[in-house]
Amino acid sequence: MPKLQSAAELEKFRAELLAKRDPAKPCIAVCAGAACDGMDSAAVAAAFLAEAATQKLDGKLEIRTTGCHGYCEKGPNVVVTPGDICYFEVQPTDVPEIIAATLKGEVVERLVYKDPATGAKAVHMSEVPFYKHQTRLLIGDNPKIDPMRIDDYFAVGGYAGLVKALTTMTPEQVLAEVKKANLRGRGGGGFPAGSKWETTRNAPEKTKYVIVNGHEGESAAFMDRAMLTGNPHKILEGLIIGAYAIGAQKGFMYTRHDMPLLEKHVRQALAQATEYGLLGENILGSGFNFECELHFDVGIFVSGESSALMRSIEGNAPEPRPKYIRTSVNGIWDKPSNLNNVETWANVPQIISKGAEWFTSIGSEKSKGTKLISLSGNVVNSGIVEVPMGTPLRTLVFDIGGGVRDGKTLKAIHFGGAMGGSIPADLIDAPLDFDGMSKLGAPIGAGGLLLMDEDTDMIEVARYLMDFLVNESCGKCVPCREGMQQMLQILTRLTEGQGRKGDLELLEDLIEVTGVASLCALGKTSGDPLKSMFRYFKPEYESRIVSSAGGSDNK
Amino acid sequence: MTEIVLTIDGKEVKARAGMTVLQAAQQEGIYIPTLCHHEKLEAFGGCRLCMVEVEARGWTSYVVSCVYPVAKDIVVRTRSEKVDKIRKVLVEELMAHAPDSPELIRMAEEYGADRDRFERSASFCIVCGLCVRYCNEVKQKNAVGFIDNGARREISFIPEVARKECWDCQECFAICPTSYAQAAYLLTEALAFPGQRKEAVKVKKAPKPKRVIPIMPAPVTT
Ligand SMILES: Cc1cc2nc3c(=O)[nH]c(=O)nc-3n(C[C@H](O)[C@H](O)[C@H](O)COP(=O)(O)O)c2cc1C
Ligand code: SF4
Ligand code: SF4
Ligand code: FES
Ligand code: FES
Repeated sequence: MPKLQSAAELEKFRAELLAKRDPAKPCIAVCAGAACDGMDSAAVAAAFLAEAATQKLDGKLEIRTTGCHGYCEKGPNVVVTPGDICYFEVQPTDVPEIIAATLKGEVVERLVYKDPATGAKAVHMSEVPFYKHQTRLLIGDNPKIDPMRIDDYFAVGGYAGLVKALTTMTPEQVLAEVKKANLRGRGGGGFPAGSKWETTRNAPEKTKYVIVNGHEGESAAFMDRAMLTGNPHKILEGLIIGAYAIGAQKGFMYTRHDMPLLEKHVRQALAQATEYGLLGENILGSGFNFECELHFDVGIFVSGESSALMRSIEGNAPEPRPKYIRTSVNGIWDKPSNLNNVETWANVPQIISKGAEWFTSIGSEKSKGTKLISLSGNVVNSGIVEVPMGTPLRTLVFDIGGGVRDGKTLKAIHFGGAMGGSIPADLIDAPLDFDGMSKLGAPIGAGGLLLMDEDTDMIEVARYLMDFLVNESCGKCVPCREGMQQMLQILTRLTEGQGRKGDLELLEDLIEVTGVASLCALGKTSGDPLKSMFRYFKPEYESRIVSSAGGSDNK
Repeated sequence: MTEIVLTIDGKEVKARAGMTVLQAAQQEGIYIPTLCHHEKLEAFGGCRLCMVEVEARGWTSYVVSCVYPVAKDIVVRTRSEKVDKIRKVLVEELMAHAPDSPELIRMAEEYGADRDRFERSASFCIVCGLCVRYCNEVKQKNAVGFIDNGARREISFIPEVARKECWDCQECFAICPTSYAQAAYLLTEALAFPGQRKEAVKVKKAPKPKRVIPIMPAPVTT
């Protein structure tokens, strides 16, 4: 494929591509996302390919392997177009039947969704309860894309945002649009992306960098990897647009070292984008040059922190910098560096192609757009969900998540992993909103939502999260390294029924000092889960002390 | 050089741009406790004992003075109820490792820290990194480094380098606030290269760090 020299060439290429594709030709999309892969979706995909080869179905049917569809609980997932017919828990033995039905335009009834209570069936994606309450602007393309093929991204309108930015907008206009859209960072802080871009743009130093934070170390969060693995070009397109607005010449994708499929797809995406002239010199004839490098994390949670991540890209150990400076001005090699989360970047192309006004029409007053949420824990439907900001948690938990597993009742909802917090079930009507959830003590963080049922021991939850942090911090500063170890010891004692008088006061002291004295946000927020539990579940902690200080019900 | 005027503990203080709050304070003879700071080394910001209260444009924040740069009109308080509490708890946490460190004992007295508040820990290294950074930045030998992360972080001599470099240096022994550096070295030697150290040289009895004013680790005597 020769390089696309201009926007017109790209649109011509897209038109030819679409003309060659017959929308009526059935396509079977087999999910190869992490969860489905764990349930051997590879065997299902292989069976489809083998059957199609045996029956010589080349012209009649297409088989596509894709990234995560969302409904991980019911994998291996298969979606058949046209019609978005969803088949769940598909086994290789089901393959001939699916092919036969698809060729006849029929549906394999026994493999479609069945309501566990009423037995009512749902055939199409738009009818399946898990999907029908969602607004899948970001992840919705996953079933339509083979991540190894840039053509599939073009076919869903990919790189139209970049074309618009490069050919009809100045960098300042792109920046203004993103600011107007009030796009807030999806990596945890909810910081306005536009202001951050502007800081880097206005920094005097000419060499500037843009970075994708794809570390995703938060426990119970798995949507960034699903996006990067399933639709890498979307993130790359956002990054290139951002680089144009900011005036950066180079970008880095910083991502997980432990996901071979993600690596393969991102490498391929970078190679294909370069081949098509979407990376490199004079992109689409605009005079804008930009290259992008892939970098892998070192596997500990703190590598996702901005200054640690940048040190890691420089080739140093991922330790947060003690300096009171902003990475947007003094980042990688002290150059202005703008870091955003995978999902933040993924939002950029649609903001540019559809406009800030469209974007701000979705969401709550102060949190715009949609949010990807990883649903897990004691929930009926675990998976990746996308809803407008402001959606009540009840919709997430019950309408989409199907409620609590095994008919149990809901006790608590935990957001934000080890730096987040838990709220009790009676706050279920709270809207999903950056500021609102923070006020409640359960900031959405990256978007890992953990459901906890009536049997959950909140002390054990706090212990588990603290244990995670103790092993995933860098260990450089005293309050975090020592404070968390002490908290962990006390929590461990409490879970073992060895609580002592004064333990809770000691924990409160440790939360306070670790919170204010730690160097980076990992330490600073390490006590947040505990804090939220002291706010809502204190009696549970208190009773543990009483009972272990000589009560009769020691376990 | 631009002169900057700030307030530390109610006193108007002049400082040069680029100085840290700690430097500005020391220059005026105002004491701020430090542990991981060493004037020959790049700021580390690890122990957090030098934390002070800073008021700037109506905002109060807690910053480590060994890193925080002076700025016009900021108001610094080197002690307050909160600052003292932070230092007390930090010292208590460190004393779980090194209850007998003279430096920590002195600070414990100052801030009312209880050396037995937390359960004793096996290692008496407080991971201040002075040895590691001194060997790297001043001696440029990298004979001792950090290994592992989080709660498991510790220092370790690298036998291949230590065998060659350490016998006539050992300067880190004196700057270590807990004498762990020496212990770790001797253990490395005993395990990895016993008797291979230059015969004539005896391990210098590590001089206890001499501290004139308890502000920063004493300059290393060679
Ligand atoms: C310990 C720690 C871990 C973090 N891990 C991640 C991560 O895995 N992914 C991420 O996007 N942000 C992570 N962050 C937040 C980043 O520091 C940074 O704020 C974010 O990447 C900025 O992007 P955004 O503004 O688009 O959210 C982490 C922060 C801390 C303190
Ligand atoms: S707060 Fe924790 S993770 Fe952050 S620098 Fe300190 S030790 Fe490292
Ligand atoms: S050995 Fe001594 S100087 Fe080195 S980190 Fe441990 S306490 Fe600090
Ligand atoms: S991995 Fe297949 S649906 Fe999520
Ligand atoms: S952090 Fe300032 S002296 Fe240790």
